[in-house]
Amino acid sequence: MPEMTIIQALNHTLHEEFARDDKLISFGEDAGAFGGVFRVTEGLQEKFGEERVFDTPLAEQGIVGFAIGVAQNGLKPICEIQFADYIFPAYDQIVNEMAKMRYRTANQYSASVVVRTPAGGGIHGGHYHSQSPAAQFLHTPGLVVICVSGPYDAKGLLTAAIESNDPVIFFEPKRIYRSVKEEVPLERYTVPIGKADLARQGTDITLIGWGAQHHQNMEAAEELAQEGIDVEVLNLRTLNPLDEPAIIASVQKTGRCVIADEAPKTMSFSAEIAATLMEKCFLSLEAPVERCCGLDTPFPHTLEHEYLPDAYKVRQAIIDTMEY
Amino acid sequence: MKIPTVAYLDPKGVLSRSCRTKIPDKVLLKGYRTMCLTRHNDERMITLQRQGTISFAMSSKGEECCAVASAAALKSVDWMYPQYREAGIAFWRGMSVEGYVNHMFCNRNDIIKGRQMPNHFGSRALNIVTVSSPIGTKIPHAAGSAYAMKVKKEKSVVICYFGEGASSEGDFHVGLTFAAVRKAPVIFFCRNNGYAISTPTTSQFGSEGVAPEGIGHGIKTFRVDGNDFFAVYETVQKAREECVKGKGPVLIEAMTYRLGAHSTSDDPSRYRDDKECRKWEKKCPILRLRTYLEKKQLWDEKKEEKLQKSIKKEVDAAIAAAKEVPPPTLDSLIEDVYFEPTPRLREQLHELKRFFPGDE
Repeated sequence: MPEMTIIQALNHTLHEEFARDDKLISFGEDAGAFGGVFRVTEGLQEKFGEERVFDTPLAEQGIVGFAIGVAQNGLKPICEIQFADYIFPAYDQIVNEMAKMRYRTANQYSASVVVRTPAGGGIHGGHYHSQSPAAQFLHTPGLVVICVSGPYDAKGLLTAAIESNDPVIFFEPKRIYRSVKEEVPLERYTVPIGKADLARQGTDITLIGWGAQHHQNMEAAEELAQEGIDVEVLNLRTLNPLDEPAIIASVQKTGRCVIADEAPKTMSFSAEIAATLMEKCFLSLEAPVERCCGLDTPFPHTLEHEYLPDAYKVRQAIIDTMEY
Repeated sequence: MKIPTVAYLDPKGVLSRSCRTKIPDKVLLKGYRTMCLTRHNDERMITLQRQGTISFAMSSKGEECCAVASAAALKSVDWMYPQYREAGIAFWRGMSVEGYVNHMFCNRNDIIKGRQMPNHFGSRALNIVTVSSPIGTKIPHAAGSAYAMKVKKEKSVVICYFGEGASSEGDFHVGLTFAAVRKAPVIFFCRNNGYAISTPTTSQFGSEGVAPEGIGHGIKTFRVDGNDFFAVYETVQKAREECVKGKGPVLIEAMTYRLGAHSTSDDPSRYRDDKECRKWEKKCPILRLRTYLEKKQLWDEKKEEKLQKSIKKEVDAAIAAAKEVPPPTLDSLIEDVYFEPTPRLREQLHELKRFFPGDE
């Protein structure tokens, strides 16, 4: 089984899926001949032609709007928004059209588009190349929202997203695009949408995260194991639909929970998870649910490492919750 | 830049000799009946709204020809992305009055399950994509949809209808750019009816109408008299040929006038002079085609009486039937949000049902 980075796993998946299904088409800014600024679509145009893989005009609103029409008429578009920070010109198309198409037409038409976009900080990108805007899409019924953490899940969930009958926003953590490597099977497989991964079993406290943050969480958990705290780590992978049974089962077992998310704390998805735990696990809780998040500021440039909820901050949040 | 207007049938019903397009009599007669049905049905819906029977209504009054003549020039395999003033395309393609009226009542038999306001019709069976309230969002959809047809090597086209106000939206510009770059077989059909709710064209754009935008985007562009059945039919037919040959997209700016209010929530007397309406009433597309048909001995007072009677009867029956249909089921609230309702949605529906015992 070859070892791959997230980029390689995504690229490999696209090549495999394009060869398998001629209904797939892919487009975005610089995503044609150039293969995308992060090279996720590299070689696709050469292999499958300019009609199916192409560069678009520089207009995100157009990319998503065009993709919706392509999907309505029976093809499967996988479009790329170069950075998640640039998704906002397409916000209306995503929220008012893509998410509502099946509903507002009463199942006569659908817009099962896959919107791939690199997100998250840690690459010295300032606030226009670092944001994690998942929460902005989690308040919109009709969308599936995925945020992967590694090459294996990247392949399995991209394949599942392509198979999905619903529109999918597929966040790719660019900070770990090339740094995280895993063995990835060459044969086709899917990772189910809506299922969290119990990445580390533990008995003392539940630590929830997704995307690049998951690796900070694992680091904190391993360190704390040395100090005698047994942390259970959940990697959500899919944010909507949320795997409620997984988080409830874990917190009912451990009685404590920390949620870590690099997006600004106020109204972050961590708040929804905390509220769900209050509704469903109140009698199991031994301490308040703690959130370890980004600050309510634009994403900083020079001070990004001070801003990010790294393993050190997560470790402290867990100790505080254990000592409550 | 002054762009000429294609026009053949004058307001007195005289057809110019320069018109080379022959429209079969049966197409003209069907077109006339469809425009009359649209006008009558719109009037009845407005009355029902005034009586408090339905929540809202919008009419195509004065603009019926744009929808009907363009639909007549296309084939049934062609996809249509209408706005809310294109009821005529649905009737042309065979949507029943009962089906349309059930939608206006937003009841259980509404084809969109009461999910949107009235006048947001659509039909998969008729290749009509359901109307969306935002005026420009469908423009890039139409481009993408047409591109999909091209990739699938289909010999069909897409038509996308919108008003001149939509040409100010970003969606219009990206839709035209993407279509132009990808050579998508799409006809952008702009009804320039003079007003976007209350805003006149002079406050809408600095260009000489919408047509220059097409030229600016590198798209073949026509301007037509939108109340002239022959001009609209011929131009759409020509645009379709261009698209099928791979020379699309095409932009058509149809010059017309919104004789009615924007909607039942609007009062045009507050922003426009009634004299302007009186002037345009003389250019009414229905009256114009009728005069032509009478000159050609294809129509007379007796036929008119019979037609109006049968339209009234059909609409009466549709209204009577729609009044008996209950609202959509409670269960339908969570349907079609996703392909399958999520566990959270099922849980929320279950909680809601406690408040509505006995409802489905």
